[in-house]
Amino acid sequence: MAAGTVCEPMTKATAEEIAGRELETAAQEFASVVASHRPQIFRFLLSSTRDVDLAETLTQECFLKAHRNWGSFRGDSSAMTWLMRIAINLQKDYWRNRRMQFWRHTQTNSVDMDEASEWLPSGERSAEQQLLAREQVGRVWESVKGLSERQRTVFLLRYVEEQELSEIARATGLSEGTVKAHLSRAVAKVRAELGGKR
Amino acid sequence: MSFNEKFDGGRNGLEAQAELREGEVLRPIDDDLSLGAPEFAQALENFRLSVHAWSEAEYSRPRTAVKTVRQRSWRLAAGWALGCVLVAGSVSGGVYERHHRQELARIATAQQTEQQRAAREQRAREEEDLLAKVDSEVSREVPSAMEPLAQLMAEDETK
Repeated sequence: MAAGTVCEPMTKATAEEIAGRELETAAQEFASVVASHRPQIFRFLLSSTRDVDLAETLTQECFLKAHRNWGSFRGDSSAMTWLMRIAINLQKDYWRNRRMQFWRHTQTNSVDMDEASEWLPSGERSAEQQLLAREQVGRVWESVKGLSERQRTVFLLRYVEEQELSEIARATGLSEGTVKAHLSRAVAKVRAELGGKR
Repeated sequence: MSFNEKFDGGRNGLEAQAELREGEVLRPIDDDLSLGAPEFAQALENFRLSVHAWSEAEYSRPRTAVKTVRQRSWRLAAGWALGCVLVAGSVSGGVYERHHRQELARIATAQQTEQQRAAREQRAREEEDLLAKVDSEVSREVPSAMEPLAQLMAEDETK
């Protein structure tokens, strides 16, 4: 500020304008976060639940929760990690509540393994290769189904979402060592399911 | 880091960890996780591609929720209707019960009043009878000392 400049008090209108601009900026930032991360969150929840409707609902809830708490997001971790953490907690809450609601219809809308393994990119594969791949995918789904909740989460984050161990640790709130331990046990189970080939 | 780099890069991989039996403590491994056989890596790659393809297909598919919404609104309406019926039933039951009790109390009070009135009348009648009896049996028209004089006066009047 130059010498002799008078610092005028901020008027009410100016403060409101600044607040409005800040809100608009935050809304734009959040919209871009939704646009860039929503498919990934949906994919993780879909692979965790194998239920399209549930995955959509939880994705909506995840972004609703994120929107409410967007102001408190300090950027210590990436937005993706933060969102993934919310998604994991929502999923945990859902299963916990479902276990308590024993009087409700117990069956979920999860698709079965065969249906889930139908999805393969066409690529340049022969029919035989496609069949083999489909069979492999079905067996991986079977083994993933048998994993514990935590093992499954870690496994999917690593091998479907291709996240680094440090990112998984931040998203799950576990130490990196624990993540490795869960991951190694999960891989061992999947390998055993696939026939223990090396 | 690509998928294959991740899978091929580990040296202290999961081969040893895979042999763990139940109850053994898992120790964290230091390096990235090696997946060993290329078939296994290929299976996981296929799994990843499959999940991605499925997710993309479901994500881009237009979805309608008309039926669900209708069902929910119907259930909501039915729930509200049932709730209203229950509330109305309990309220009217309470009102009827209260009215019935008030009616019984009113009848009991009337009966009690009637009994008291009858008892009072009975007492009054008994007192009257008693006084009449006393009058007829005990009282005289003139004192006994004046009786001869009264007789004389009566005789004079007849003459």
